[in-house]
Amino acid sequence: MSPALILQVAIGGILMGLLYAVVAAGLTLIFGLMNVVNFAHGALLMAAMYATWLIHRSTGLDPLLQLPLVAALLFGTGVAIYRVLIARTLQIRVNGAMVQIFTTFGLSIFLVGLAQLVFGSDFQSINASFLGGRTLAFGAVVLPLPLVASGVVSLLVFLALFRLSRTEFGRALEATREDFEAVALIGVDRDRIFGIGWGIGAAAVGIAGVLLANFYYISPDVGTNFALIAYVAVALGGFGSILGALIAGLVIGLTEALTALVVDPSLKQIGIFLIYLAVLMFRPRGLFGKL
Amino acid sequence: MPISETAIAADRPLLSTRHLRAYYRGLVALHGIDLDVGAGEIVAVVGANGAGKSTLLRAIAGQVARSGEIMFDGIALANLPAYRICRLGIALVPEGRRLFPRLSVEDNLRLGAYARRGPERFRPLELVFELFPRLQERLTQRAELLSGGEQQMLAIGRALMTSPRLLMLDEPSQGLMPRLVDDIFAAITQIRARGVTVLIVEQRLAEALAIADRAYVVQTGRIVLQGSAREIAENAEVRRAYLGM
Repeated sequence: MSPALILQVAIGGILMGLLYAVVAAGLTLIFGLMNVVNFAHGALLMAAMYATWLIHRSTGLDPLLQLPLVAALLFGTGVAIYRVLIARTLQIRVNGAMVQIFTTFGLSIFLVGLAQLVFGSDFQSINASFLGGRTLAFGAVVLPLPLVASGVVSLLVFLALFRLSRTEFGRALEATREDFEAVALIGVDRDRIFGIGWGIGAAAVGIAGVLLANFYYISPDVGTNFALIAYVAVALGGFGSILGALIAGLVIGLTEALTALVVDPSLKQIGIFLIYLAVLMFRPRGLFGKL
Repeated sequence: MPISETAIAADRPLLSTRHLRAYYRGLVALHGIDLDVGAGEIVAVVGANGAGKSTLLRAIAGQVARSGEIMFDGIALANLPAYRICRLGIALVPEGRRLFPRLSVEDNLRLGAYARRGPERFRPLELVFELFPRLQERLTQRAELLSGGEQQMLAIGRALMTSPRLLMLDEPSQGLMPRLVDDIFAAITQIRARGVTVLIVEQRLAEALAIADRAYVVQTGRIVLQGSAREIAENAEVRRAYLGM
């Protein structure tokens, strides 16, 4: 095994990790804000990928150029999910957490079923994109351009999220996170903040979906595995921590890639779940968790 | 201040409740409260523990289920959510303060003006720092690291940042050292002097009645007595029967 290969695999893992981190960021943002685990997060990723594929097929618009469009689409979807479903579950006084779990889980089953109905279960892919098939070479290290672009955009997403947290709205988001009942005392409409939080969380996973659609197959089930990794990332990074999601995403991407070097690639996720078990045993609140 | 100067304009008090009932965990906690607060007054609500004083403030602020009539400057509040009531100019400093513990003092204060718009919205900061200079020294500190007294100051400061016309305080002296209690009550008088009407719920009868113009005595969810603060303070029967003094 040459050092160049190891380096290439490691960088590839880090780039993939950035993408995992963006998926996890959306999940952790919603959880941190209102203690609701969105089990439909993977389905939203899938929806974004199909949206990208559909738009590409019908208009020819390159996935990269679709980023703002699909992000906005998913933002709207997130807000709608909050308004139509989640806001109602918050009114429930008895066993509310269970109701929330079943609601988002049910939504996931519905969305995946809907995708199967509409698109069938065949794999789809976007073959002719601006980035597709191109590579970027640094000496002996050769990286697929879609993956590099995905890493760069993912970093920009995190930059935007960190910037957002410093704005006045970000402070209100943080305040809502700390005490969602007390924000009414300062005239803040909790439902509006929650709705926007869901919008941002869904937009993040929407961006991840567009990036992924550039180089990954698209199927109704595609979100499941990414969501699973995102749950691990959220647990590792700490529930509710955006920085935690970033670090955890990177750790997971790198672990996955390096595991694939030493064991059969089909078992590459073993390393991730070993990390997950270790977190559960030794640091249940995660690296940056506030629980 | 003599009562005549602050008596409610007979036609329209700033805040009035009629037949206000409130419900707490399915039980009726207030049984038809009629209360008036005139602009510029300090009105105290006193009574024993569990009498329903806090519930009264929470009902006005829209934080508990309630029925009956609540009018604030001609606007009916009974069907409005809590955040809208705050935007209309009613600020509640709740029991337990409910600060945002991991946010800095400055963030807590600035968030008070979050729902306000316009260039003037941070202007109450001047008043807050004038009343509580200590907050200015602690701007970057997390709210959770403040002492109990400082937290109370911050809670009042945050409420003032919403530019309220009516400030409602729920047991502002709770858990504070006597010296700090005096500071808080002095601040409340100054806040009124700036034109903010005050409705205060307090266990410390003497201090509350000393700064109030009028008072209501609440017992098991009903108003059993009302009058000028001096009358209430001097009423021996009240002291014995309702306030355990």
